[in-house]
Amino acid sequence: MGKILAVTIILIAILSAVPIVMHTWVAPADVSVHGHLIDEQMAETMVEAGIAFLAGQILLGLFIWKFSDVKPGARIKNFPGGAMGLVIGAFLLVGTEVLALGVFGVKAWSEVYFQPPAANAMPIQVQAGQFAFYFRYPGPDGKFGPIHPELINEGTQNLFGLDQDHDPASKDDIVTAEMAIPVNHEIHLLMHTKDLGHSFYVPALRVQQDFVPGLDVSLHFTATKTGKYEIVCTQLCGLGHYNMKAYLEVMSEADFASWLKQQATNQ
Amino acid sequence: MHDAPAHVVHQHAAPTSFIRKYVFSLDHKVIGKQYYALALIAVLTGMVLSWLMRLHLGWVNLKIPGLHLLSASGAPGDVMTPEYYLQLMTMHGTIMVFFVLTTAPFAAFGNYFLPIQVGAEDMPFPRFNMMSFWVTFTAFLVLISSFFVGDGPTLAGWTQYAPLSAVGAAAGPGQGVGEVLWASAIAIFCVGQLLGSLNFITTTLDMRTKGMSLWRLPLSAWAWFITSVMGLTAFAVLMPACILLILDHVAGTSFFVASNLVLNDQLQPHSGGSTLLWQHLFWFFGHPEVYIAIVPGMGVVSHVLIANMRRPMLSHRVIVYSMGALAVLSYMVYGHHMFVSGMNPFSSLAFSFPTLIITIPSTILVLIWIGSLYGSKLRINAASLFALGFISLFISGGVSGFFLAQPSIDIMLHATYFVVGHFHLVMAVAAIFGIFAGTYFWFPKVTGRMMNETLGRIHFWLTFVGAYCIFMPFHYLGIAGNVRRYQAFVDDYLVGLIPLHRFITVAALITGVVQFIFLYNLIHSGFRGEKAPLNPWQATSLEWSTPSSPPPFDNFGGRHVVVYHDPYQYGIEGATDDYVMQDSPAQIQSVRDEK
Repeated sequence: MGKILAVTIILIAILSAVPIVMHTWVAPADVSVHGHLIDEQMAETMVEAGIAFLAGQILLGLFIWKFSDVKPGARIKNFPGGAMGLVIGAFLLVGTEVLALGVFGVKAWSEVYFQPPAANAMPIQVQAGQFAFYFRYPGPDGKFGPIHPELINEGTQNLFGLDQDHDPASKDDIVTAEMAIPVNHEIHLLMHTKDLGHSFYVPALRVQQDFVPGLDVSLHFTATKTGKYEIVCTQLCGLGHYNMKAYLEVMSEADFASWLKQQATNQ
Repeated sequence: MHDAPAHVVHQHAAPTSFIRKYVFSLDHKVIGKQYYALALIAVLTGMVLSWLMRLHLGWVNLKIPGLHLLSASGAPGDVMTPEYYLQLMTMHGTIMVFFVLTTAPFAAFGNYFLPIQVGAEDMPFPRFNMMSFWVTFTAFLVLISSFFVGDGPTLAGWTQYAPLSAVGAAAGPGQGVGEVLWASAIAIFCVGQLLGSLNFITTTLDMRTKGMSLWRLPLSAWAWFITSVMGLTAFAVLMPACILLILDHVAGTSFFVASNLVLNDQLQPHSGGSTLLWQHLFWFFGHPEVYIAIVPGMGVVSHVLIANMRRPMLSHRVIVYSMGALAVLSYMVYGHHMFVSGMNPFSSLAFSFPTLIITIPSTILVLIWIGSLYGSKLRINAASLFALGFISLFISGGVSGFFLAQPSIDIMLHATYFVVGHFHLVMAVAAIFGIFAGTYFWFPKVTGRMMNETLGRIHFWLTFVGAYCIFMPFHYLGIAGNVRRYQAFVDDYLVGLIPLHRFITVAALITGVVQFIFLYNLIHSGFRGEKAPLNPWQATSLEWSTPSSPPPFDNFGGRHVVVYHDPYQYGIEGATDDYVMQDSPAQIQSVRDEK
């Protein structure tokens, strides 16, 4: 039965690797400027993890095959190099591998978090709340009016709690249920939540960031391809969490300008 | 902490009444069995919850007959509502992590075997020990009661992130009374764990018999000791966190709730609290907790494998140091659960490095286990099958950690099924395999009977293959961006993944049913199993030296145990058998013998 176990372990390992190698299930295609760094990091990690996974399972299987059902009278042997060899091997191989991954991965992370948004990045505000995302564009004055939480009222559709009668900056703000952005134009996303923890995940844009109640969180990204993508919530926020989503449309500059104009008239 | 002779004065007399023998027992062996029984009830409950979850995920409008009896509001017409899915999910995670994975490997096996393995008659604080079980049992009752109150249990996941968990009923069903019951149950659970840890630590340090130096402790004893130190420090943080959470509900405080939050168009009466504070407190506990779940399994698997390889580990000390390194590092990595939480992104990098480095002791353990198989005389039986399966599962689950340890990759994989696959492989499957290995191995000592070996092997094969069929696909779903904690998959990019979910559901149901083979074997063998010899595995550690199976009340029948060897004197040449018992005065020197 040891030999059957050995074969089973090795077979499971190989079969598990097949969908990965065949790219059967993959992330949505990347349409961001920084995403390739994440994808490259992912691919490198997959190779190294894949080797470690297959090597470990195959070695385990091999030794089970060889040393189960040994003949009586066989003597105990030590693995060549003993424990010290394996310990040193672990430090050198795995240690350098993981440190390399860690060090190289800093670049992808810093592209997202340690670079400030470009001076001409377009500011867009997103508010998360049970169970929808709403977006606000600053309008021609380029300023977001202040938010008054006590004025938030879904019934009257005052979603951001704006006081357009008394706050001049709010008068031209454009509030939408869908997000649209121009292609190849950096976006500076200003994130806040109305009520609880939520998260902003756009797999195609390679961004995921939690909202933090009480904090304004900032994110920036640039889309490189027009199309319609999904923004989904990934931080459990209640019974409607599975359905909390919005569409993101990436458009040409011209199409975006007309879309914004259209939205302004709907306010 | 020197090995002074343990005086053979038992702290408590042998019980006579039924209540003292089987209910409020001071005997560590009875307490160990009570914990095991609790874990068994918990795992069956948790497993049924997982079936309900998986059925719903595969077929979202499925009528599950009788479900309305469990909750009329949660399943009107037997169709699960979105909130009820989340409530079942929360209870599944909570029950499994606390009442199965913290209870069985550590409290059940540890309580039973640690005193025997150190050569003691019992733990030093038997009343605390009895209390630790009954407090844990009370915690379980308080948790389960939330199914039957008001609008049901909390739906905030076993991680209970604030403010969802802190603002009260306004946030959704189960977030009022259900939430307070959850936090109370877990706070009570923490008390039980602290009492237990106290006993484990003092047993290991102060109750070792003559000749039992620390380096002569079996690897299972080391694992329980290391786990108990983690338990003391980790649960000591979770308990106040739960108390603060309860206060946010009932005392109008705002530890975890920021100002100016609006729910259902109402400004919430909280100000000044911190969402991230909950996450820091929770994960400071939460990460050591997952090592509390796995380290005992590592110790048990090492112990079981050694007896079945007929040789000690390639290096006994390296195993101990590696488990210790995991324990120490486990406190430094917790922020990897919070990479995209909004905490300072520099902190994310800081946490990622120890997370990557913790791969090293994990790898060392796997390499020592595999390296020790080399040149061994491996015996295949139900116990060793599960021990070997543990190694395979730990490799699989551990390797997916390479991805999650990197913040940049976590941007894509956080809160997806990749994470769920990772922790299920290491915790749900590997740790459970450790429990199974321990059960098949120690059943003869606890009951005096053998489990049915054929049924044990069938149980192993179907569970091993089944578990991989369930949890390997989770990784593929995660790579595709499948978000977790969704009761249904309605997003355009997720709809195409539903067939894979259905495959997983079928695998889960079949693998679940297979567990009843184990249950039947456990119960039937307890009554009708073949009588076991005193030392059926020809093993060396002190539990196999007791004069009877089950051991007598004081473990060694009044004998003052003296230890002459380390616990793994196997592969002896020139002896009649290929092993020497730990308490045998026979002086045969052909392998390194720890002093």
